Amino acid sequence: MTIYNGKRVIYMTVKQLSVFCENRPGRLSGITRLLADNDINIRAMSIADTKDFGILRLIVNDFEKTLQVFKDNDMAVTSTNVLCIRLADKPGGLADAMECLYKENISVEYMYAAFISETDETAYLVLRVDKLDTAVTALEEGGFKLVSDDELKKL
Amino acid sequence: MPERLIWDEAHECMSREEMKKLQSEKLVKQVRHVWDNVPYYRKLMEEKGVTPDDIKSVDDISKLPFLSKADLRDAYPYGLLAKPLSECVRIHSTSGTTGKRVVAFYTQNDVDMWEECTARAITAAGGTKEDVLQVAYGYGLFTGGMGIHGGSHKVGCLTLPMSSGSTERQIQFMQDLGSTILCCTPSYAAYIGETVAEMGIKPEELKLKAGIFGAEPWTEEMRQEIERMLGIKAYDIYGLTESSGPGVAFECCEQNGMHINEDHFLAEIIDPDTGEPLPEGTKGELVFTSLDKEAFPLLRYRTRDVCVLSREKCSCGRTLIKMAKPMGRTDDMLIIKGVNVFPSQIETVLLKMSNATPNYQIVVDRVGTTDTFEILVEVSPDMFSDTVKTFEELQKKISSDIQGMLGIRAKIKLVEPKSIPRSEGKAVRVVDKRKLV
Repeated sequence: MTIYNGKRVIYMTVKQLSVFCENRPGRLSGITRLLADNDINIRAMSIADTKDFGILRLIVNDFEKTLQVFKDNDMAVTSTNVLCIRLADKPGGLADAMECLYKENISVEYMYAAFISETDETAYLVLRVDKLDTAVTALEEGGFKLVSDDELKKL
Repeated sequence: MPERLIWDEAHECMSREEMKKLQSEKLVKQVRHVWDNVPYYRKLMEEKGVTPDDIKSVDDISKLPFLSKADLRDAYPYGLLAKPLSECVRIHSTSGTTGKRVVAFYTQNDVDMWEECTARAITAAGGTKEDVLQVAYGYGLFTGGMGIHGGSHKVGCLTLPMSSGSTERQIQFMQDLGSTILCCTPSYAAYIGETVAEMGIKPEELKLKAGIFGAEPWTEEMRQEIERMLGIKAYDIYGLTESSGPGVAFECCEQNGMHINEDHFLAEIIDPDTGEPLPEGTKGELVFTSLDKEAFPLLRYRTRDVCVLSREKCSCGRTLIKMAKPMGRTDDMLIIKGVNVFPSQIETVLLKMSNATPNYQIVVDRVGTTDTFEILVEVSPDMFSDTVKTFEELQKKISSDIQGMLGIRAKIKLVEPKSIPRSEGKAVRVVDKRKLV
């Protein structure tokens, strides 16, 4: 794990698991079944794919356990600290967040939506950025709510 | 039937007794030359307790120690040189890493002898001074281009030193200058054949009558395919850089086994495990002794090619012993698109990408007449990142390093850990789906 600007930054991030998977029939079925059998709940996910392989990115309810499950099953897995922002689920909600990052010259490497709640009119967005500490400060100063690992568990 | 022309009838049709006498005289002289000038081999002889006095005829050949590719590596670059560099006029080299590279030296006499050998091959394929011979082997360190080129001059053919590539231009020259003999690797010949068809040219519109194809394994089916596509007779030729290059052995009009130029290269078949000589007609590892080479005279060099020798009478009139097409290797070398590939070379490249050697598998196949070369690489956690870009860069890096090392392109496929099948716990390194034997 990379230590950025002190503990606070780490605290404000969420641990994401990335799994290398080949593009072949049954692969996603196998991985998701593996998680189900281990009683792991997926909170957010995305797939980045190419012709031959993909990277499955997951945010789960139990990071350590999932990591162990993947390792026990000989899968190539890595963890990354990503940001999870809570946004108002309304037009312009995402645009405001992007603008906040853009002002600080922060690049978004990838992002995807997560566990949208139907009840409280908020949306959650998972982001990987190039300058994590600057991004945390900018987003917090911009009034955005960042979700931590602990908070995530309670959602 | 092509006309039965023989380039050097005195040697190619020599009686068995005369040949043995000639080989014996040359061997005695050659062993003395090596003993006097190559301390590396002299030491091997001393370790075996052999001196030149023990070698009186070819029957004593098995007293001599073997040379292997490992010796060539140990002695690189000058350790097996038997003449001062001032008397050498050329080098040729195989592809590969520094570790596996073979650099062979030639005096003018060595070049002349080699060109005599390729002249025999060209003549056996029906070549005369009336022919237009197109050399589409690569020129350069590779022996193919220069070796055939020299023989073509000796025969007096009008020689077109095209080198390989620029296929449409090759075909244009063929049409415009009326090439009658094509020399290249069999896979390139097949590719030329396919291109001829694509360009809408019928084989009978070309003046080609024969082709001499070597430097890589090819099958009887491939021969028929090439013959059909180009409207020619296709002849095999064998050689290795260590012994000079193509022309160590060549096919005649029978197209059934290659005559070894045994007045220059003494062939033996040995048991690859014990090193014991095997009787004629038995399958085993081919071993060559250069009887005439001055600069780089290898004695009992283990080729690692598995084949059979036969002394059956040949209808072409030559008495030179014949070798069957090599049936495989006793080491792990692969020949892909005419290039020698050792799995260890792939390992060297992969080692640079990761702390530990990743598991990998080389998959070779032949689609139509072209080799395909794919390398599966298991992704290990220490080469893992969570962005696609990093993986794509890794793929590109491996691919360009492989190309830099071997000169041929491989398709790199990243696969999941432990997905490459293992046999007794060891990953299966090579899957060769080509049916070459």
